[in-house]
Amino acid sequence: MKIKSQKDFFSGLLFMGLGIAFGGGALGYKLGDAGRMGPGYFPLLLGSLMAILGVVIAFKALAVKTEGDDRIGSWAWRPLVFVLSSNLVFGVLLGGLPSIKLPPAGLIAGIYGLTIIASLAERRFNSRDVLILATILAAISYGAFIALLKLIVPVWPDFIAG
Amino acid sequence: MDLLANLSLGFGVALTPINLLYAFMGCFLGTLIGVLPGIGPVATIAMLLPATFSLPPVSALIMLAGLYYGAQYGGSTTSILVNLPGEPSAVVTCLDGYQMARQGRAGPALATAALGSFFAGSVGVLLLAAFAPPLMVLAANFGPAEYFSLMVLGLIGAVVLASGSLLKAIAMVLLGLLLGLVGTDVNSGIPRFSFGIPELMDGIGFVVIAMGIFGYGEIISNLGRSEKEREVYTAKVHGLFPTLQDFKKIVPAVLRGTFVGSVLGVLPGGGALLGAFAAYAFEKKVRTRPDEIPMGKGNIRGVAAPESANNAGAQTSFIPMLTLGIPPNAVMALMIGAMMIHNIQPGPQVLTRNPALFWGLITSMWIGNLMLVILNLPLIGIWIKMLKVPYRYLFPAIVLFCAIGGYSVNNTTFDIWMLAVFGFVGYVFIKLGCEPAPLVLGFILGPMMEENLRRALLLSLGDWSTFVTRPLSAGLLAAALLLLLVMLSPAVKKKRQEAFEE
Repeated sequence: MKIKSQKDFFSGLLFMGLGIAFGGGALGYKLGDAGRMGPGYFPLLLGSLMAILGVVIAFKALAVKTEGDDRIGSWAWRPLVFVLSSNLVFGVLLGGLPSIKLPPAGLIAGIYGLTIIASLAERRFNSRDVLILATILAAISYGAFIALLKLIVPVWPDFIAG
Repeated sequence: MDLLANLSLGFGVALTPINLLYAFMGCFLGTLIGVLPGIGPVATIAMLLPATFSLPPVSALIMLAGLYYGAQYGGSTTSILVNLPGEPSAVVTCLDGYQMARQGRAGPALATAALGSFFAGSVGVLLLAAFAPPLMVLAANFGPAEYFSLMVLGLIGAVVLASGSLLKAIAMVLLGLLLGLVGTDVNSGIPRFSFGIPELMDGIGFVVIAMGIFGYGEIISNLGRSEKEREVYTAKVHGLFPTLQDFKKIVPAVLRGTFVGSVLGVLPGGGALLGAFAAYAFEKKVRTRPDEIPMGKGNIRGVAAPESANNAGAQTSFIPMLTLGIPPNAVMALMIGAMMIHNIQPGPQVLTRNPALFWGLITSMWIGNLMLVILNLPLIGIWIKMLKVPYRYLFPAIVLFCAIGGYSVNNTTFDIWMLAVFGFVGYVFIKLGCEPAPLVLGFILGPMMEENLRRALLLSLGDWSTFVTRPLSAGLLAAALLLLLVMLSPAVKKKRQEAFEE
């Protein structure tokens, strides 16, 4: 059997899986009945509907060819990894990681970290440009979020701020 | 004439030089902060709210109205320029607005958003002044069964927003509803799908979902293409203001949007939000002229209608807010909070006991709106220049502002982790051709829908027929069914496909 529409087939599988996961999770809560719904009633209803819909979508993808480009194509690993990890590094630098006793390094360090790592998502990486960009962004953010909006967030690392 | 007497009472309170100055200040600050990608109106107002505490009540409300319009317009600006909706209703503006920006027509899109909002807001004020008392009766006729049916209709309408497969769009709505249920169940107090994570007990934040799925997903997908085929924006910018031809398309769309928005805005809870979605769905049903760009590909009507509906709805939603005390959206909830700080208890008594304040508030919303047009039309040129920044400098800035914006909502790094999760999810959706707009509407309506379903069935002792035996509810469900059948009918289906492939 050949898959006629890759995108639809895998979305069908995804919806089926998520539907089963949510529906299964809902079974763990009290269901109740229609007149007195427990916390599990509505999610079980939605999850089952979604799982059924997922099966239909997946089967349709085996039978009917949709118009246009229906291949998933290659994944953009480089931007995916660098954009998401720049976001995570920013979070760690901003708030620290209490579970491994890492102290917060503050907003400014976070901005430099995020800008440098996110810029790596681009193949052309010019370290001078990126540092200038990070400095501009740090200045704007300091002006907008700290000076103007008084956002409560560590700005400098502990050892500087004291 | 009650209408004129009421309005003149309001303007008498609001139109003093010092109050105009506050309106200007609010509008200016609101736009300035709201235009940062990732900072929506809710975050903007929440951050600037304390600045108004020291003012006298009317001045404070006027400044807040300015902030509200400034922030909302700033949010529309980011929706149009960088595809980042700051609030649920702006999701619709992204659809055509961002496409227009990519085609070099960001200027007309921004001008349309401002002018359409202003017109709709003005109509909304007049409607409010003229029909507030009779409309209060309509809102009172809505029981839980009617709300549930209205939401079903709204969600089916949202499916129209998606351009791809109908089944996938419905599945996305269901997924949105389920994500909306994450967190503590209001009835039993049991945390659902929260995996024992304390931060998830309050549910997933809208800002995190919107910025992750729309912002990060789009950025990753853009960067995945080679630089040549990326071409996020065309270098050529066609004009700053709408042409005469544009105006011919905008005017009817604005009128339709204003009508849809005003009517839905009267319904408490979600009415104002559904307005933008409904107006867009409605606009899509209006025949596209042969020389027009299809909806979803940068049609100016797709900006004009939802932006007007949103604003008209914001005005008329004062009716349920003041009669039932139910805020129609998060921004209005903040406004109520601000009113309470000034010792104003929202509710029907405001209208009778303190008419000067009530009408002052209504007219100050209009002044805020006017200020916005005056302030922002000259600024359009500056926003357009933002698009000239090369993408490799622009995208780290967007990622950064999303991260800070996500953090600022609850002051917790947990939201930054969630942003990464939904960024990944958003990219997967793009890869699988699943459009996120229906998911977002489902997410917002999820908890409300469950609540009303529960209440309706509790009242009917578990009898599902309550939804079809109550005439208003039956009518709404019939409309939803009709809409679904129209979309499923082979002729329309074919047309729909054609329209999107051109």
